[in-house]
Formats: sequence, structure tokens, C-alpha cells
Amino acid sequence: MTVLRSAPLVAITLALVLAACGGEGTARGDDDPQLTVLAAASLTDVFTELGEAFEADQQVEVTFSLGSSTDLAQQAADGAPGDVLATADTTSMAIADDAGVTGDVVDFAGNVLVIVTRPGNPQGIESLDDLEGVTWVRCADEVPCGRVAVELLDAAGVTADPVSLEDDVRATLDKVTSGEVDAGLVYATDAVAAGDEVTTVEVPEAADVPTTYAVTSLEQSVDAELAQAWIDLLVSDDGRQALEEAGFTVPEESQ
Amino acid sequence: MRGPGRGSGRGDPLGRPPLVLVLPAALAVLVLVVPLVAMVAETDWATLPSELASEPLRDALWLSIVTSTAAMLVCLVLGLPVAWILARVTFRGRGVLRALVTVPLVLPPVVAGIALRNAFGRTGVVGEPLLELTGFAFPFTTWGVVLAHVFVSLPFVVIAIEGALRSADPVYDAAAATLGATRWTAFRRVTVPLAMPGILAGMVLGWSRSLGEFGATITFNGNYPGTTQTMPTLIYVTRQSDQDAAQALSLVMLVMSIAVLLLLRDRWLGERSLVTP
Amino acid sequence: MSAPTGLDVDLEVPGRVRAALTGRPGQVIALIGPNGAGKSSLVHALAGLARAEGRADLDGVDLLARSAREREVGLVFQDRALFPHLSARDNVAFGPRARGVSRRESRERADHWLARMGLAELADRRPGRLSGGQAQRVAIARALATEPRLLLLDEPMAGLDVTVAMSLRVELARHLRDYDGVTLLVTHDAIDALTLADHVVVLDEGRVAQQGRPEDVAAHPRTAHVARLVGLNVLREGDEFRSFRPRDVTVSLRRPEGSARLAWSGPVSSAQQHGDAVRLLVDTTPPLLADVTPQAATELGLEPGREVWLSVKATAVSRYGDVVAGR
Repeated sequence: MTVLRSAPLVAITLALVLAACGGEGTARGDDDPQLTVLAAASLTDVFTELGEAFEADQQVEVTFSLGSSTDLAQQAADGAPGDVLATADTTSMAIADDAGVTGDVVDFAGNVLVIVTRPGNPQGIESLDDLEGVTWVRCADEVPCGRVAVELLDAAGVTADPVSLEDDVRATLDKVTSGEVDAGLVYATDAVAAGDEVTTVEVPEAADVPTTYAVTSLEQSVDAELAQAWIDLLVSDDGRQALEEAGFTVPEESQ
Repeated sequence: MRGPGRGSGRGDPLGRPPLVLVLPAALAVLVLVVPLVAMVAETDWATLPSELASEPLRDALWLSIVTSTAAMLVCLVLGLPVAWILARVTFRGRGVLRALVTVPLVLPPVVAGIALRNAFGRTGVVGEPLLELTGFAFPFTTWGVVLAHVFVSLPFVVIAIEGALRSADPVYDAAAATLGATRWTAFRRVTVPLAMPGILAGMVLGWSRSLGEFGATITFNGNYPGTTQTMPTLIYVTRQSDQDAAQALSLVMLVMSIAVLLLLRDRWLGERSLVTP
Repeated sequence: MSAPTGLDVDLEVPGRVRAALTGRPGQVIALIGPNGAGKSSLVHALAGLARAEGRADLDGVDLLARSAREREVGLVFQDRALFPHLSARDNVAFGPRARGVSRRESRERADHWLARMGLAELADRRPGRLSGGQAQRVAIARALATEPRLLLLDEPMAGLDVTVAMSLRVELARHLRDYDGVTLLVTHDAIDALTLADHVVVLDEGRVAQQGRPEDVAAHPRTAHVARLVGLNVLREGDEFRSFRPRDVTVSLRRPEGSARLAWSGPVSSAQQHGDAVRLLVDTTPPLLADVTPQAATELGLEPGREVWLSVKATAVSRYGDVVAGR
């Protein structure tokens, strides 16, 4: 019993120790320069992949702070340490922009919504209209993927009610992959990331309400050159290819 | 007001409280109070009335109160017997039982949500047969919210009540037995009334824990206005788009929490004199 | 119901006490002995609150085969253990209620017992607002209200001041005369045993060291504890005991002379006012009591630590063995 009683204490102590160690994560390292990228959670996989190449190429250490675009933009506006901010929509970017902490804003990728269903699509969902009568989820109105979803559903005249409005797109996907719901509206990139845990049903109307990913360097960046190098990578051929493989659309012509 | 140390004159006859205790205590109060005061100070009072009149707020507030209260009652009905067994019955594996009951106490709420889903989700160990037999599933329903609240609050309730039962002198149980009372009678007429302040404190603790519960609920039940969207969930998703609105909602939550604590303190929790001779 | 046969007990609480005793209906048995002698263990075993082995027969019923709540045994706890959240009336009514008597009749019974204890006015008070003596009366009423065949009183005068204890003792004597069950009274006080009991059982180190009529036990104590309780010195040699009164002891600073005397030496361990005299406890082997006049105590400088000689004339010593103290 004493072990259990003291467990919370141990946990708290550990947490404090870890926090103390990790708190300086964005500080400059001993030798290698560091690049800190605040990025929307949906960019996790492709940025991690690009980050490895970037590290090898530039002899730097890349650190990602991943989260919801709104959170990250708010943090950047509040002066959170970081060199680059990449958001999943332009609305979030505006928060940082309004605070005057951004450099040039570059739209570097796009994403569209798709329907994901349980593997094999047992309900035979073919279109947005088929969401009527099944258990499905989408993002909450307040978050970017939810705003896009509402726009898409309104345009298509779909009135089916979801059972839940998730706080981000990964939570939406998670409800589908865990089998709690029959279908969900997520980004194409999330469908790609989920692999064969889901079956993807493309929604033609979604092309009319694309979401735009924007990136900028931050005022508080200690190494503006390195920040620019990262942005350059995103719009390079390598960057575009990686983004496309992850399910993003890329702008016709950039730079 | 009676009690030692309150007596006559100025100054404590035992000497001044030592600074080595007073300073950390003051720091503790600051750590707890400054954020709350800051939150009040940062709120935009001009827009507050319109934020408060919103329907999602009223729905979420009502749902929070209903689900927390329901969870508290379930915790009482289920938790009091567990606490009594832990406090009063000697058996092999009591330590193991207590450990099991208290595990959710140290679980991160998200983990609690995942565990609940594994058990009661549509494809869960219990949830799947339940769905097949009855057509009912917990996730995305208000019942699911109550279930999540119970899961995270029950350990608090059990521990608080067990403490109260332990501190109640078992001689009263013995007296009841010699007077011919069954253990059930003794429980009803002696043990529970004597432990009542502690039981009420446990219920308040459980209620507060439910009211603030967020991680397990959103993981297990998602978020839908009127059904599963409680105050903390509403604040969380509102914050994604509208900081000012989230700020106003937080203030409502703060005011309500303080009001409830004050009310309970005056009504019940202050009445500690019951047992003192 | 067949005619009550009383109490016939031979039981053991392992590691604590082993005792055989009998009691007729209406009899009051005092159980005395030092702390740790096993008095409370025996009482708790009879009440069903401690596990015991052996035999315990109450009016033909095997007590050990029944749980505490099924025994017709009333227990007045040492610390009274009145339910603090219930009024005096509800405390007394608790037993009848628990045994299935209707709410109304239980209250009537409670009022009856409280009236008998002279507490009718205090029926609505909670224990916290009763004096020690009043609370003890409620506790006794509570035990008697279940109409037990065996009444266990665990140090009922403990913690009461002298005058309160005295009046309660008088009252208790009256109630116990009217009570037709067996009473077992645990006490530290020789007066309780002498005034309330008609039989005394002396426990020492978990065994019955002596039992008999109170005045016999008091006159011929066979344990140091009882000797101390009744204010006698007692010496044991095999099966033979010798006792003498403290005031027959002569205290001197030198070894006393003369043949027909028993003599011991040791340091004074305490000196206390005792009636007109100063009573010394001297750390001889065994420790002995001696009464001296205050003047003598001053002249001889009889403070704790002072080495003294004690002696007693052979003619002041009474000798007894099994025969005298017998059962």
C-alpha cells in the first residue's frame, strides 16, 4: 500500500524532473544549430520525414512542436520560442500575423476532406448523402477542419447529424479507426496516414472547399536564414513530392 | 467559536508561527490564487453578458450539473459499500482491492478514456455484447458521460469515505452488535451517521472531480452540444476559435465552483461538532 | 422458557486469559485484577466481541455458538460508547429496535429505563451534553433495556470523580438487587467489589488467582494486587500466605533488634497522605506498605530514595493457605 500511496508523489516528482530537463528544449544546443518548427498536427508525418533530410543536409537539429494550428498560432503570438510556424489554415495564421510576429506568409500545400469508413466500407457509403443513418463524426465548428466540413456539408445540402464534434482531425480519425463510429470526415492526408485501418471515399465536392496550409518565419527566430531554408525546402521539388505522397495537394506553380 | 488557541489576548501563547512554515504557506496561496485572480482580471466584461447568454453555454452548464450530480449519486451508491468493506471487513486481498480501486486516481484522463473505450466502446469487451443484446452503447450518449465521470471520480469518493469510516471508532459498531444489531443495521444507524461529514466531503470531492472531468469524457464520448458537451469540453473547443468566449466560459466555471464550495461549507461541511463530546 | 440456570463458563482467549467461573441468576460477580490480567478480554469474549475457545453456558444456551448480536448479553463499555449522534432516548431504544421491537414500544421502554435511572428529563439530550455520571447511567439503561440474561459492566466507575462514583455505586447496587440475571462487574476498586458483589474472582496474569466471598478475599488476599487494593501486605511462601496491616509495620533507619520480628530493607519509593498517617511504599522484595505518623515521617526524613528497615511483630501477621481462602 505504501508504494501505491506514494505513487502520485513519485509521478509528480518525475514529471517535475522531466519538465525541468525538457523545458529548455528550444534553447540552442552546444554545437549544432537548432531549428524549432511549430507545425499543425496534420503535418506530423511529412515534416518528420523532411526534417531528417534537412538535418543531414544543413547539419542542424530540428525540433517540432506539434499541435492544433490555433494553439500554435496563439503561442507564437504570445512569443513562444520558435523559428517557423506552419498552420493548417489561413485563419490561424492570421492570429500570428495580427500579433506581428510573422515574416512573409507562404501557402505551401492544400488538403481536402474525404470520408473514411471502417475497413471495407461495410455500410457502402458512397457519398456525403450516405452519412444519413450511419454513426459518423466530424471536427467541431470551432476548429479548422470543422469549419471546412460545415462549409462542405452546407454546400452539398447534407443535414445528417454527427454523433460527435471532435476537437481535432486526429481525434475524428481515431473515432473511426477504433470502431466507435462508422464514418468520419477527415483530411485526405489523414486517410493516407491511417493506411488500411480505414477505407477512403473521395468526395468530389470537397475540391470546392480546399484548406490551405501556410508557413512563415517568426519574429522571435534566432536564425532567420535557417528558418528561410526550411520554407524553401517545403516549396522545392523534394518538398512538393513528399507532400504529395502524404496526400496533400501542392500549388500549381510556386516561387 | 470555541477551541484551543483562540483564547484570550493577542498573540499565540505557544509563540509566533515560524517563518519557515508561513513563507511556503504564503507561496502556496499565491500559486493557487494568482491565476484565478488573473483570469478574472483578464476577462472582457463588456462582452461578457452576450457570451453568457449563448445557448451552447446554457446547454453545457446544465449538462455538466446533471451529469456530475448523477455521477456523484452513482459514486455514493457504489462507493460507500466499497469504502465500508475496505474499512471494516478483514479479508485476504484487501490491499489488492484497495490498489485496484485507486488505480484510476493516477491514470491520466486520456488513458482513462481509452480504457473505457476498450471496455464499453461499441467494439469493447463489454460494449460489444451489450450493443448486440440491447442495441445500446455508451459512447456519444449522456450515459457515457456519466460513466466516464464515475470512472474518474469513484476512487476519490471511495478514498475519502474510507478515511472517514476508518477514523470513526469501531467501538460503536461493537456496541451496536451487543445490542442485537445486524451489521446492516449498525451500518445504517451508526456507521453512516457518524461518518456523515466525511461522506459528504467525499461526495463533494466526487462532484467537483466530475465537474472538471474532461480528458476521459472527450476521448470516450466525443463532443456534441446537449448530449456530451460539458462545460470543460465546451471551453476546450471554444478556445480553438474564440479566446474571449473561452475566457468568459472559464469565468462561469470558476464562479460556479466557488459558489458550490461556499454553499456546501456553510450547509454541511462546517458541522464538524457532531462527534465531539 | 426453562428455569434460568445462570452462567457456567470455562473458556480461554488464547494468549490472554483462561478462566472458569459460575454465577447464579441474580448473583453479582466482581472481576478484579491488575491491568493486563485479562479482565477485559474475558468480558469481550463473553459479549462475543473476541474469539474464545472452551465453554460458555448461559441459562442452558451455548454462548460460543452465537454471534454477539444473538447473545442475551448486555455490555456496558469502559468508555461507555454511547452513540454520539443519538439522543439518550434513542441510545436506549437502539437495542429493542435492533431486536425487532416496534419503534413506539422501543421508545416507551427507553423512557421507562431512563426514568428508573432518574434521567427522564434528559431523554432528548445527546451524550455530548451529559455529565460523566449521567452518561454512565444512560449506558447502563441501554444495556438493561435489551433485557439481557448476563450483564457485563466493564469498570463502570472509571473516569468518574469520587462523589459521582459514590452515588452511582449506591444506585447501581439498587438496580443490581432488582436484576435477576447474572452480573459480571469488572473493577479496579476494592470498594466496588465489597459493596456491589457477592462473589469475587481475582484474575492475575490471565489466570484465576483466587475467588470467594468479598470479605474473605479482602481479609486473605493471595495476590499483591488485591493486597494493595485492600491495603494489606501479603507474602507468599509456597501455598502459604502471610498478611499484615501497614500500620503494624515499624519503620527504622537501622536494622531492628529483637527476635520475634520479620524484617526487610529497601529504599522508600513513594510517600503519600493516607488518612491521618503517611503511607510509604517501600521497594523491598516484595514491595511493602507501611504507615507512619507525619511527625515520624519528618523526623526520619522519609523521602523517596531513603533507605529504611521495615519490621513487623510475628503476632501481627495472619497466616492462611488453601484451606482458608478455598473455593
